[in-house]
Amino acid sequence: MRYGILLMGAPYSSQAAHSALRFARAVAGRGHRLEAVFFYHEGVHNAARLAAPPQDEPHLVDGWAALSADHGVPLQVCIAAALRRGLLDEREAARHGKQGHSVEPPFELTGLGQLVDLGLRCDRLVTFGP
Amino acid sequence: MENDEEQDVAGDLLVILRHGPHGSSWLREGLDAALVAAAFGRRVTLLFMGEGVTALVPGQQRGPLGQKGTAPTLEMLEMYDIDSLLVEAEALSRLGLDGDELMLSPRRVEAAALPGLTACHSLVLTF
Repeated sequence: MRYGILLMGAPYSSQAAHSALRFARAVAGRGHRLEAVFFYHEGVHNAARLAAPPQDEPHLVDGWAALSADHGVPLQVCIAAALRRGLLDEREAARHGKQGHSVEPPFELTGLGQLVDLGLRCDRLVTFGP
Repeated sequence: MENDEEQDVAGDLLVILRHGPHGSSWLREGLDAALVAAAFGRRVTLLFMGEGVTALVPGQQRGPLGQKGTAPTLEMLEMYDIDSLLVEAEALSRLGLDGDELMLSPRRVEAAALPGLTACHSLVLTF
Protein backbone atom coordinates (compact mmCIF):
# COMPACT_ATOMS: atom_id res chain seq x y z
CA MET A 1 0.00 0.00 0.00
CA ARG A 2 1.06 3.59 -0.53
CA TYR A 3 1.25 5.55 2.72
CA GLY A 4 1.83 9.17 3.58
CA ILE A 5 2.48 10.66 7.00
CA LEU A 6 1.39 14.08 8.25
CA LEU A 7 3.22 15.08 11.43
CA MET A 8 1.96 18.10 13.39
CA GLY A 9 3.65 17.55 16.77
CA ALA A 10 6.98 19.08 17.84
CA PRO A 11 9.80 16.73 18.86
CA TYR A 12 10.25 16.15 22.61
CA SER A 13 7.00 18.00 23.40
CA SER A 14 4.52 15.22 22.79
CA GLN A 15 4.53 11.59 21.75
CA ALA A 16 3.48 12.43 18.20
CA ALA A 17 6.93 12.66 16.62
CA HIS A 18 8.22 9.48 18.31
CA SER A 19 5.13 7.53 17.23
CA ALA A 20 5.27 8.90 13.69
CA LEU A 21 8.91 7.86 13.24
CA ARG A 22 8.25 4.36 14.59
CA PHE A 23 5.20 4.04 12.35
CA ALA A 24 7.23 5.23 9.35
CA ARG A 25 9.89 2.58 10.01
CA ALA A 26 7.20 -0.11 10.42
CA VAL A 27 5.53 0.88 7.14
CA ALA A 28 8.81 0.76 5.22
CA GLY A 29 9.90 -2.42 7.02
CA ARG A 30 6.72 -4.25 5.99
CA GLY A 31 7.42 -3.54 2.36
CA HIS A 32 4.83 -0.79 1.88
CA ARG A 33 5.72 2.36 0.03
CA LEU A 34 6.03 5.50 2.15
CA GLU A 35 5.51 8.29 -0.40
CA ALA A 36 6.54 11.17 1.87
CA VAL A 37 6.43 12.60 5.37
CA PHE A 38 4.91 16.09 5.52
CA PHE A 39 5.75 18.31 8.51
CA TYR A 40 3.15 20.95 9.38
CA HIS A 41 2.09 23.07 12.36
CA GLU A 42 4.57 22.44 15.22
CA GLY A 43 5.80 19.35 13.40
CA VAL A 44 8.14 21.62 11.42
CA HIS A 45 10.48 21.64 14.44
CA ASN A 46 11.39 18.05 13.54
CA ALA A 47 13.51 19.57 10.77
CA ALA A 48 15.70 21.61 13.17
CA ARG A 49 19.27 21.00 12.04
CA LEU A 50 20.64 22.28 15.34
CA ALA A 51 18.65 19.96 17.62
CA ALA A 52 20.97 18.50 20.25
CA PRO A 53 19.03 16.14 22.52
CA PRO A 54 20.81 14.31 25.39
CA GLN A 55 22.68 11.25 24.16
CA ASP A 56 20.47 8.80 26.03
CA GLU A 57 17.37 9.96 24.13
CA PRO A 58 16.41 9.09 20.57
CA HIS A 59 17.65 11.75 18.14
CA LEU A 60 14.49 12.44 16.16
CA VAL A 61 15.99 14.78 13.56
CA ASP A 62 18.73 12.25 12.75
CA GLY A 63 16.06 9.53 12.85
CA TRP A 64 14.09 11.18 10.06
CA ALA A 65 17.24 11.72 8.02
CA ALA A 66 18.16 8.03 8.44
CA LEU A 67 14.66 6.99 7.36
CA SER A 68 15.05 9.10 4.25
CA ALA A 69 18.51 7.68 3.49
CA ASP A 70 17.41 4.05 4.05
CA HIS A 71 14.13 4.15 2.17
CA GLY A 72 14.30 7.19 -0.08
CA VAL A 73 11.43 8.93 1.68
CA PRO A 74 11.04 12.66 0.87
CA LEU A 75 10.84 14.84 4.00
CA GLN A 76 8.64 17.81 3.11
CA VAL A 77 8.34 20.79 5.46
CA CYS A 78 5.63 23.44 5.04
CA ILE A 79 7.54 26.60 4.22
CA ALA A 80 5.01 29.06 5.69
CA ALA A 81 4.79 27.17 9.00
CA ALA A 82 8.59 26.80 9.07
CA LEU A 83 9.64 30.38 8.32
CA ARG A 84 7.53 31.95 11.04
CA ARG A 85 9.01 29.47 13.54
CA GLY A 86 12.62 30.22 12.61
CA LEU A 87 13.25 27.17 10.43
CA LEU A 88 15.06 28.34 7.29
CA ASP A 89 17.22 26.52 4.77
CA GLU A 90 20.28 28.18 3.23
CA ARG A 91 18.31 29.81 0.45
CA GLU A 92 15.62 31.27 2.70
CA ALA A 93 18.24 32.40 5.24
CA ALA A 94 20.02 34.35 2.50
CA ARG A 95 16.74 35.74 1.21
CA HIS A 96 15.77 37.01 4.66
CA GLY A 97 19.25 38.27 5.51
CA LYS A 98 19.81 35.77 8.33
CA GLN A 99 23.16 34.42 9.46
CA GLY A 100 23.18 30.64 9.47
CA HIS A 101 20.41 28.24 8.53
CA SER A 102 18.40 25.77 10.57
CA VAL A 103 17.12 23.34 7.93
CA GLU A 104 19.23 21.21 5.61
CA PRO A 105 18.65 18.25 3.26
CA PRO A 106 17.15 15.71 3.26
CA PHE A 107 14.48 18.03 4.69
CA GLU A 108 13.06 20.30 2.00
CA LEU A 109 10.91 23.40 2.43
CA THR A 110 7.86 23.14 0.23
CA GLY A 111 4.29 24.38 -0.10
CA LEU A 112 1.04 23.11 1.38
CA GLY A 113 -0.02 22.02 -2.10
CA GLN A 114 2.37 19.09 -1.62
CA LEU A 115 0.36 17.97 1.43
CA VAL A 116 -2.90 17.97 -0.52
CA ASP A 117 -1.22 16.16 -3.39
CA LEU A 118 0.28 13.59 -1.01
CA GLY A 119 -3.05 12.96 0.69
CA LEU A 120 -4.88 12.43 -2.58
CA ARG A 121 -2.10 10.30 -4.09
CA CYS A 122 -1.72 7.83 -1.18
CA ASP A 123 -3.99 4.98 -0.18
CA ARG A 124 -3.65 6.16 3.42
CA LEU A 125 -2.53 9.47 4.91
CA VAL A 126 -1.89 8.96 8.63
CA THR A 127 -1.82 12.04 10.86
CA PHE A 128 0.18 12.34 14.08
CA GLY A 129 -0.44 15.32 16.33
CA PRO A 130 -0.38 16.32 19.98
CA MET B 1 -32.53 11.75 1.24
CA GLU B 2 -29.32 11.24 3.20
CA ASN B 3 -27.58 10.09 0.03
CA ASP B 4 -28.66 13.23 -1.74
CA GLU B 5 -27.10 15.32 0.97
CA GLU B 6 -23.84 13.39 0.78
CA GLN B 7 -23.63 13.85 -2.96
CA ASP B 8 -24.30 17.49 -2.47
CA VAL B 9 -21.22 17.98 -0.28
CA ALA B 10 -18.96 15.24 -1.70
CA GLY B 11 -15.55 16.53 -2.72
CA ASP B 12 -11.83 16.00 -2.70
CA LEU B 13 -11.00 17.34 0.72
CA LEU B 14 -12.83 17.63 4.04
CA VAL B 15 -11.09 19.97 6.49
CA ILE B 16 -12.31 19.53 10.06
CA LEU B 17 -11.65 22.52 12.31
CA ARG B 18 -11.86 21.75 16.01
CA HIS B 19 -10.03 24.68 17.62
CA GLY B 20 -11.22 28.20 18.36
CA PRO B 21 -9.69 31.24 16.68
CA HIS B 22 -7.67 32.32 19.73
CA GLY B 23 -5.07 30.57 21.87
CA SER B 24 -3.36 28.47 19.20
CA SER B 25 -2.55 28.49 15.51
CA TRP B 26 -4.56 25.33 14.73
CA LEU B 27 -7.50 27.13 13.15
CA ARG B 28 -5.37 29.47 11.05
CA GLU B 29 -3.14 26.68 9.77
CA GLY B 30 -6.16 24.50 9.04
CA LEU B 31 -7.76 27.29 7.01
CA ASP B 32 -4.46 27.78 5.16
CA ALA B 33 -4.56 24.13 4.08
CA ALA B 34 -8.14 24.55 2.86
CA LEU B 35 -7.31 27.71 0.89
CA VAL B 36 -4.28 26.15 -0.77
CA ALA B 37 -6.26 23.07 -1.78
CA ALA B 38 -8.99 25.27 -3.25
CA ALA B 39 -6.40 27.39 -5.06
CA PHE B 40 -5.17 24.18 -6.70
CA GLY B 41 -8.70 23.49 -7.94
CA ARG B 42 -9.76 20.93 -5.34
CA ARG B 43 -13.33 20.83 -4.06
CA VAL B 44 -13.14 21.60 -0.36
CA THR B 45 -15.68 21.17 2.43
CA LEU B 46 -15.12 22.83 5.80
CA LEU B 47 -16.61 21.31 8.94
CA PHE B 48 -16.52 23.40 12.12
CA MET B 49 -16.67 21.01 15.06
CA GLY B 50 -16.44 21.37 18.82
CA GLU B 51 -14.75 24.63 19.84
CA GLY B 52 -14.11 25.25 16.17
CA VAL B 53 -17.64 26.57 15.82
CA THR B 54 -16.59 29.67 17.79
CA ALA B 55 -14.60 30.75 14.73
CA LEU B 56 -17.93 31.70 13.17
CA VAL B 57 -19.06 34.01 15.96
CA PRO B 58 -19.23 37.45 14.32
CA GLY B 59 -17.48 40.61 15.49
CA GLN B 60 -14.16 39.10 16.58
CA GLN B 61 -11.08 41.30 16.54
CA ARG B 62 -7.45 40.32 16.27
CA GLY B 63 -6.87 40.67 20.02
CA PRO B 64 -4.19 42.33 22.13
CA LEU B 65 -1.50 39.73 21.43
CA GLY B 66 -1.21 40.85 17.83
CA GLN B 67 -1.86 37.50 16.18
CA LYS B 68 -3.66 37.63 12.89
CA GLY B 69 -7.36 37.07 13.38
CA THR B 70 -9.13 34.39 11.35
CA ALA B 71 -12.29 36.34 10.50
CA PRO B 72 -10.72 38.05 7.43
CA THR B 73 -9.63 34.62 6.17
CA LEU B 74 -13.15 33.26 6.63
CA GLU B 75 -14.52 36.15 4.61
CA MET B 76 -12.19 35.17 1.76
CA LEU B 77 -13.52 31.60 1.49
CA GLU B 78 -16.11 32.54 -1.09
CA MET B 79 -13.43 34.03 -3.32
CA TYR B 80 -11.72 30.63 -3.29
CA ASP B 81 -15.01 28.90 -4.18
CA ILE B 82 -15.22 27.21 -0.79
CA ASP B 83 -18.97 27.33 -0.32
CA SER B 84 -19.56 24.00 1.37
CA LEU B 85 -19.54 25.08 5.02
CA LEU B 86 -20.87 22.83 7.74
CA VAL B 87 -21.23 23.25 11.48
CA GLU B 88 -21.73 20.59 14.13
CA ALA B 89 -25.22 21.07 15.57
CA GLU B 90 -24.37 19.48 18.91
CA ALA B 91 -21.43 21.86 19.47
CA LEU B 92 -23.70 24.84 18.87
CA SER B 93 -26.16 23.76 21.55
CA ARG B 94 -23.36 22.74 23.94
CA LEU B 95 -21.76 26.19 23.64
CA GLY B 96 -25.11 27.99 23.74
CA LEU B 97 -24.73 29.48 20.27
CA ASP B 98 -27.55 30.36 17.97
CA GLY B 99 -26.70 29.02 14.53
CA ASP B 100 -28.58 31.84 12.80
CA GLU B 101 -26.20 34.48 14.13
CA LEU B 102 -23.03 32.90 12.77
CA MET B 103 -20.88 34.29 9.96
CA LEU B 104 -21.22 32.73 6.50
CA SER B 105 -24.50 30.88 7.20
CA PRO B 106 -23.07 27.36 7.57
CA ARG B 107 -25.34 24.34 7.27
CA ARG B 108 -25.96 22.34 10.48
CA VAL B 109 -25.01 18.68 10.55
CA GLU B 110 -26.12 16.18 13.15
CA ALA B 111 -23.65 13.72 14.71
CA ALA B 112 -25.27 10.82 12.84
CA ALA B 113 -24.29 12.37 9.49
CA LEU B 114 -20.58 12.67 10.30
CA PRO B 115 -19.47 9.15 9.26
CA GLY B 116 -21.13 9.61 5.85
CA LEU B 117 -19.45 12.97 5.52
CA THR B 118 -15.93 11.61 6.04
CA ALA B 119 -16.70 8.67 3.75
CA CYS B 120 -17.65 10.87 0.79
CA HIS B 121 -14.37 12.81 0.71
CA SER B 122 -11.12 11.37 -0.66
CA LEU B 123 -9.02 13.10 1.97
CA VAL B 124 -9.81 14.29 5.50
CA LEU B 125 -7.52 16.66 7.40
CA THR B 126 -8.25 17.48 11.04
CA PHE B 127 -6.96 20.58 12.80
